[in-house]
Amino acid sequence: MDAREIIARRAARELRDGFYVNLGIGIPTAVANYVPEGMEVILQSENGMLGVGPYPLAGSEDADLVNAGKETVTELPGTAYFSSADSFAMIRGGHVNLSILGALQVDREGNLANWMVPGKMLKGMGGAMDLVASARRVIVAMEHATKSGAPKILEACTLPLTGSGVVDTIITELAVMRVTPQGLVLEELGPEATVEQVQRLTGCSLIVTEPVRRMF
Amino acid sequence: MNKIFPSAEAAVADIPDGATLMIGGFGLCGIPEDLIAATVALGVRNLHTISNNMGIDHVGMGLMLEAGMVASHIGSYVGENKLLEEMVLGGRLDLTLVPQGTLAERIRAGGAGIPAFFTPAGAGTIVAEGKEVREFRGRPYVLEAGLTADFALVKAWRGDRMGNLVYRKTARNFNPVMATAARCTIAEVEEIVEPGMLDPDAIITPGIYVHRVVQWTGYEKHIERRTLRGGTK
Repeated sequence: MDAREIIARRAARELRDGFYVNLGIGIPTAVANYVPEGMEVILQSENGMLGVGPYPLAGSEDADLVNAGKETVTELPGTAYFSSADSFAMIRGGHVNLSILGALQVDREGNLANWMVPGKMLKGMGGAMDLVASARRVIVAMEHATKSGAPKILEACTLPLTGSGVVDTIITELAVMRVTPQGLVLEELGPEATVEQVQRLTGCSLIVTEPVRRMF
Repeated sequence: MNKIFPSAEAAVADIPDGATLMIGGFGLCGIPEDLIAATVALGVRNLHTISNNMGIDHVGMGLMLEAGMVASHIGSYVGENKLLEEMVLGGRLDLTLVPQGTLAERIRAGGAGIPAFFTPAGAGTIVAEGKEVREFRGRPYVLEAGLTADFALVKAWRGDRMGNLVYRKTARNFNPVMATAARCTIAEVEEIVEPGMLDPDAIITPGIYVHRVVQWTGYEKHIERRTLRGGTK
């Protein structure tokens, strides 16, 4: 299993039957590939769709049917469409059970930065600020450190925030961490990870109670 | 009552320099492409646009940008447009980035006569800077103002001469909410049908919000990311 698969598989275990879930772009999108057999999870796409299906077969793609990443998708029996205002009303109203999204940085207080790097290409926050402010539970699913090995999980985010105190759980290829008033609690270790390795690649001290259980 | 205009060009002919325009669509999905092209051809200047995105290079609102007709833009995501970034960094375009749900609700509020509202999105971030933040039930909320426009350019699937509109799949997105928030709403529809042909229970935008209807001329719909099962082609 590569890092992305470990993260997506572990994040999928947070799903529950009947959940309405919003998945962000990148690794979070892959979580849909690991929904446990027999479980019905409804994917919400903030551009106005409940019941997002898999990518279309070649030849059946429809320009009027895309997800929030502007990728062509399909509908499922029971799909519903609605306007952007309705979409964010259901998000803001707390009707979405779970939001799984990526991050540039997360910190021990559950602050999240994932939309802007000053001096870099200007993009915009899209729907991320609305999602993290209002989903009932927010999970960050991301690689533990940057490609050069710099920590992304920090004492305090240095990039502009997407949301303040919004993250509940962080899932990486190395660990599952829960945000608590006392700090980040190391709850699980990835398949090959050690406590020392996780702590070395994390920019704040983790609360560890040995032995830490394995993800899988 | 007949709101049907003979062409997109005729429907946009009275958009003046300096007008505020809402333009529907999410990425390139559900954009009023004929109305955008007609606005570009009209050659007006100094427009203030409100749209979730800004097209991509050479497509959709990217054409308005390239024509140098946009003075300011309010949107939530512009990551697909290099020229926009250059213009913003060069001080030639005033860009305001707004959380997507806040953008949708500001437009909804504008159309519904609500001058402002509190939302949790952006509390504790730079989005809240300079705005009133108030606590309700122990959580901070940011005061955001409703938005209205002189014109809304929207795209629908079917419409009638009364201005009733229905949309298709995720091409709905910002279109119905923008239709409510402009002094003059112009709808580009794929198919014009006789009044009574649209199921009254299924109408998404009632005709009261729509002032002009034009027939889509059948351009190719653009797909921004063609993703397929078993690999992207």
